[in-house]
Amino acid sequence: MVDLAIGLILVALAIGALLSSTLFGSLTLFFAFGMLMAVAWARLHAPDLALAEAAIGAGLTGALLFNALNKSPPEVIKERLRHPLSVALVCAAILALLVVSLLPSLDQVSPLPPMVGPRMDASGVDYPVTAVLLNFRGWDTLLEIAVLLLALLGVKVLLPTHTPAPQPWSLLLGWSKTLAPVIVVVGGYLLWRGSRGAGGAFQAGALLAAGAVMLRLNHVLPEIRWSQLLLRISVLIGLATFLTVAIATASFGDGWLTYPSAYSKALILAIETTATISIAATLTLLVEGEGDELQS
Amino acid sequence: MSPELLYLVVGATIWAVGLGGLLLVHHMLRRVIAVNLMGSGVFLVLVALAARSSPPDPVLQALVVTGLVVAISATAFAVRLASARAQHSSGTPEVERPGGDES
Repeated sequence: MVDLAIGLILVALAIGALLSSTLFGSLTLFFAFGMLMAVAWARLHAPDLALAEAAIGAGLTGALLFNALNKSPPEVIKERLRHPLSVALVCAAILALLVVSLLPSLDQVSPLPPMVGPRMDASGVDYPVTAVLLNFRGWDTLLEIAVLLLALLGVKVLLPTHTPAPQPWSLLLGWSKTLAPVIVVVGGYLLWRGSRGAGGAFQAGALLAAGAVMLRLNHVLPEIRWSQLLLRISVLIGLATFLTVAIATASFGDGWLTYPSAYSKALILAIETTATISIAATLTLLVEGEGDELQS
Repeated sequence: MSPELLYLVVGATIWAVGLGGLLLVHHMLRRVIAVNLMGSGVFLVLVALAARSSPPDPVLQALVVTGLVVAISATAFAVRLASARAQHSSGTPEVERPGGDES
């Protein structure tokens, strides 16, 4: 029953987020959609994904969109939908095809989990998701951090926009000062926890970024500048560590990102810690770096 | 009806809603939301498929973690492009051409 309610509200929020009469309403509904999506994932036995979705999907994406709303031109003409009926029909037909082709996969057994299980002992961590992310499929994660950096470089080459930042609301200011140390502690805990259970570099990095964005919006953090050496190091250190490990294992070890099992825990921890710093710094800049922050 | 089946159908539905939105709405930010909805739908399908087995499939869950970060990277770049475009053509914000066809 709960799942049915969540599912129906999710679809309703999705439709509302697209068709709401004001852009502000759209963004609010999309934010609510992200939070409810996190609940749905927690219901599907994926608590660490729920954490990541709440921090990234709802929190940071929401901040990003609200930030852009300030800068984007107002909707001059209310959205007028063209051919809504035919679009709805086409989408319904595609949906029917999709569901029919997806249904059989529910009964199939994936061959991958049995391959992960026996190799967990050699992976260096006790939590399968972290083992997959940083050991078995470390290559994907390396590229993912590269994608994050690429997006930042893409944002960096665009000209800055200058909009006066709104004055912080005093209640928000007080709360953000209270929340900030809690966020740092929880972020550190999530990072450490990732080797044994739900948590990891991405959740921790996203949470820290959310905290930094909150403080930046309230003008508590000092100004961020691309010319600051510390900032550049923070942004690059994750990819640099990961690449160093990859090249070292390729030249001296058994191959690209195949860790020697005696060192795998230490290597994974080093990569995760530096990746957390880089993810936090990059996400903060992606959300907040529209002004002069990224100009050198 | 198992929760996995339910969420599989919901995920597919959200994807289709996002597709419809992408075809229908015009404001840049709404389009970004539409693409994000499609992504969320795909993630929900993957998480539902991961929950088929117990314990859940770690490979699919790791794929979603990767996907989330790539999604916000793309969103940030798209939003920034949209505001750069708005700034470039400021004075003539997104006005629909009256009665025109899709361009």
